[in-house]
Amino acid sequence: MTTSVEQLDEQARRGFGKLGRTTVHEGELLRHPVYTRFLHWTVAIFFFAALLSGLAIYSPWLFHWLTPLFGGGPMTRLLHPWFGLGFAIAYFFQFLNWLAIMRWTAADRRWLRHLPEYVKGDSKLEPEYVGFFNGGQKLQFWEIIFGAGVLLVTGLFMWFPEIFGRGLVAIGYVLHDISALVMLAGIWVHIYLSTVGQPGTLQAMTRGVVTRAWGWTHHPAWYREATGRNPREDYQRALERRRETEAQEREANAHERGPEIGPPPE
Amino acid sequence: MDTERTLQIKAISGHPGTVAGHGAKRELEVAKLIDVTTCIGCKACEVACVEWNDHPFRETVFDNTYQTMPTTQWNYYNLIKFNEHQEDNGNLMWLMRKDQCMHCADPGCLRACPADGAIVQYANGIVDFQQDNCIGCQYCISGCPFNIPRFNTTTKKVYKCTLCSDRVGAGLEPACIKACPTGCLHFGTKEEMKAMAETRAAQLRNDPLFPRPNAGVYDPQSIGGTHVMYVLHDITKPELYGGLPANPQIPVSYTLWKYFAKPIGLFMALMGLLAVFYHYIFNGPKLPQPEAPAQEEER
Repeated sequence: MTTSVEQLDEQARRGFGKLGRTTVHEGELLRHPVYTRFLHWTVAIFFFAALLSGLAIYSPWLFHWLTPLFGGGPMTRLLHPWFGLGFAIAYFFQFLNWLAIMRWTAADRRWLRHLPEYVKGDSKLEPEYVGFFNGGQKLQFWEIIFGAGVLLVTGLFMWFPEIFGRGLVAIGYVLHDISALVMLAGIWVHIYLSTVGQPGTLQAMTRGVVTRAWGWTHHPAWYREATGRNPREDYQRALERRRETEAQEREANAHERGPEIGPPPE
Repeated sequence: MDTERTLQIKAISGHPGTVAGHGAKRELEVAKLIDVTTCIGCKACEVACVEWNDHPFRETVFDNTYQTMPTTQWNYYNLIKFNEHQEDNGNLMWLMRKDQCMHCADPGCLRACPADGAIVQYANGIVDFQQDNCIGCQYCISGCPFNIPRFNTTTKKVYKCTLCSDRVGAGLEPACIKACPTGCLHFGTKEEMKAMAETRAAQLRNDPLFPRPNAGVYDPQSIGGTHVMYVLHDITKPELYGGLPANPQIPVSYTLWKYFAKPIGLFMALMGLLAVFYHYIFNGPKLPQPEAPAQEEER
């Protein structure tokens, strides 16, 4: 089973690799190949279509704001399950694509203990054990697997009430809402961290590449794996190089301005 | 209701004696009363309903009973349910109950509905579906304790008995009432119908030849009463009459979750958005290290 799944995924990866390309420039690392990017954005499109159409039906306060986006109430109701189904199918392939890399490890347990510092932003560099995905990302991945399962099953209850009966609909829609709200909370964090919160991250999902500095800062163990180099040493070297450059510039500036002005304070 | 009394005459100048009509009360709530003990199962009400609502007579399924079809349908609002019941003393009872929307005072369909204006409840107690605003989600079906609303798969809208709101609005009785040949169906104000039902139930209980000590009025208070009431031979076993629930309930999720937890959920989602926004304001971005050298200030 696992091997056939891996084969399917590998075939898709190669096929999409032929359809598109990922250009890795000097000083950059390949983060996400074409297939992964395709899956991510397909999932994202279906997710937001389902989210907005779902929120329209979720609350009377949002009904008149959001139903016009989908062509009115009946059309919103008609489309929502299809968006949801699209999301579930797309995320299933994402699941296969990331299954191996999302395996929960001891490093992730360590990362969760480090979560408060991560939130406060105390450490400038992530701990050396953080691999391709950190514990938080993995947690979100598995939350969505579980949550999407709940959404799919309860969604089917509501889609075909004549088969499942009114009791399951009445319970199902509560679980459907809770699951969607939890996922929504996760999505705020996901979008924040991948854009303004951690600059340089978004390009991993658009162009598919990140800078080396991004790699040793946020995912040192992955950096070691991808480059065969020591992330901390490379960071130190970059730091020294920067200091040298700064010193040279300062010297050059000092010559221009004349000797009476001392070097600017650090 | 006070608004209905604004043009009622309160005092008249130079008028001897009391003001005519002073203190008169107007009952707004209407009700249908179904005395199952005098129903003969003729189905005239079914035909009248189909005729008034201009529905075609649909295909039916024969299920070895006298029922026209197993359940009500989107274009068949009104159905006599037939049940053969053997009493403890061995007597056979043929129970017939006219099944249709009960027009609950606290309608589960209305509570469950997420579409603005798809279900309305009039001050006279009639609960009516506005198909123009219906989005076809069918939550009302799940919210109804009597399993009444029916989905039309072609129009993707839900339908049910309107208590002939169009006729009642014009001062007429519902079509089924007009057609009933035995007088087992009654229509009037809720108060009148309640009084009539109690009188009839007492008559059944005290019948000198065939007393029905358990006879009573079905007006379930678990949903605030209904605007369709029954007089039953045995009020302790309403389930015998084609599954009439003894204690109809709206699923808790449609009250607790919808009116209490949902707004909180929405609020929490908004708080989540604010949380990440203020995280940025408080902590700023986490940049790849080492950060690019700051540009020397121009002096």
